[in-house]
Amino acid sequence: MTRLSLGKWLLPLYTALALIFLMVPIVYTFVFSFNDSLKSNITWRGFTLDKWLNVCAVQNGAVCEAFGNSLIIGLAATVIATTLGTMIAIALVRYRFKFRAGTSLLLFLPMATPEVVLGAGLAAQFLSLGVPKDMLTIILAHTMFCISFVVVTVKARVAGLDPALEEAGRDLYGSPGQVFARITFPLLLPGILAAALLSFALSFDDFIITNFNSGAVTTFPKYIYISASRGIPAEANVIASAVFILALVIVVTAQVSAAARAKRQARLA
Amino acid sequence: MAFAAFASTAAPPTDAPPRRRSKVALLLLLPGILYLVLFFLAPLVSLILTSLQAPSEFGDIGMYSYAFRWENYVAVIEQYWPHILRSFGYALIATVLALAFSYPLAYFIGVTARRWPLLQSLMLVLVIAPFFISFLLRTLAWKQILSDESFLVTSLKAVSLLAPDAHLTGTAFSVIFGLTYNFIPFMTLPLYTTLERLDLRYLEAGNDLYASGFHTFRTVTIPLSMPGIVAGTLLTFIPAAGDYINASRDFLGGADTQMIGNVIEANFLVLLNYPAAAALSIILMTVILVMVGVYVKRSGTEELL
Repeated sequence: MTRLSLGKWLLPLYTALALIFLMVPIVYTFVFSFNDSLKSNITWRGFTLDKWLNVCAVQNGAVCEAFGNSLIIGLAATVIATTLGTMIAIALVRYRFKFRAGTSLLLFLPMATPEVVLGAGLAAQFLSLGVPKDMLTIILAHTMFCISFVVVTVKARVAGLDPALEEAGRDLYGSPGQVFARITFPLLLPGILAAALLSFALSFDDFIITNFNSGAVTTFPKYIYISASRGIPAEANVIASAVFILALVIVVTAQVSAAARAKRQARLA
Repeated sequence: MAFAAFASTAAPPTDAPPRRRSKVALLLLLPGILYLVLFFLAPLVSLILTSLQAPSEFGDIGMYSYAFRWENYVAVIEQYWPHILRSFGYALIATVLALAFSYPLAYFIGVTARRWPLLQSLMLVLVIAPFFISFLLRTLAWKQILSDESFLVTSLKAVSLLAPDAHLTGTAFSVIFGLTYNFIPFMTLPLYTTLERLDLRYLEAGNDLYASGFHTFRTVTIPLSMPGIVAGTLLTFIPAAGDYINASRDFLGGADTQMIGNVIEANFLVLLNYPAAAALSIILMTVILVMVGVYVKRSGTEELL
């Protein structure tokens, strides 16, 4: 009897401990964003709200500049990759064409290639073409690795789309442009938004590929890498914690609204 | 989500025949495909060409001319074989540890917690939460937690679980620990996706046929969750083998834990020895592609690709 109840409790207990374990460095980063630290943020020196209130004050705003660069790069790469990837996803599901297998392989390979190889390859190409590394080369690099993930995410949505809806639009004399704008695009929008969020997250947190193609430009992860040896100011923890909270709010809101929609649909049915 | 890349099965073929001319398909495909050819395929070719370059006659550092010096490959293997072996060793151990850690977790979320959808989605959010905080900062957090002056290490030493002169950071232990931690979500999510779809009637059938719980798990649950296991191990192994953050000296690594990613970075960005960095990259990519191919073939999950 005791063995049975132990077995019943073992898995939930393990799950709780495992989830707590996953949270450890997050809580650590959050707590140390309130540390009254000097140059480096290693030992606890007391609580302060200073770092949150004056994020950009340290090192002439170097942390904020890096954060701003990451935002610009993330937005640019997201817009380009989401557009190109969505177009590919629609073509893959809706049309039959030659070189289909080759196209799928070309989309799969960037996801199966280690980042260090992607980064070194692009850097070697920019080097041999004499292209100076700056913001643009980072955006080009990030767009490249985001496209495949966009295709995979949007493809699932296109496949789940009922072709009859578009047919109805055409039967009612809608032009191809109208059918796309009024029917296809709105129905694909949740998938496209998910793909865009994923692209932004991938770009924002990328360090390895950025490091090979950034030249003198500093992104937020690169700033952390450079300062790691001489101590990272608590302001970096502030930005990371703020981004974490924002991402959490977005995901939880999406989950809750999806649950609410499912409930509504269940009631209608 | 990224993890769905490997986890989701192929999209069901639409039975609707292709309605419009393939000219539209070409227009839709061309920009993106062209982009990948220019910024993914061409760089790979560029990498191969660079890996065969010879130092320029003028002897300047960082200057190379096109050649066919395949000896570059022999040279980097001779010089860096410990790093190459270490990378695949560490990545393999981290993948096995992440699988062992994630399977029960994914089973609880995907099977046991089915009755409580809200709890289920809350736990999933917690699993992906590490992605929302900078990869480098969460690795540095572990560095502080495992450092010699930390509460954890001083307490372990106080109760003699750790030798007084032992270190946790800068060792193979801390690098593998970091790799495991950082890629756990990549393992848990595909596992969850397959376990969530697991038809519980199969398990009941095993039970009805007087199979022990363990026997049912081994012969029914594991084979049915194979697509998730394959996807998760690939999503963990590939980035772990090429990673150089965890093994970096400023993070969790030390002088003798350097991986192939660290030497590629050092050769490319510090020593400006582009041919060596390129040759190492090509070796890394080839070994990974061969391993992935064999693994996917042997586990019988080709449809994942």
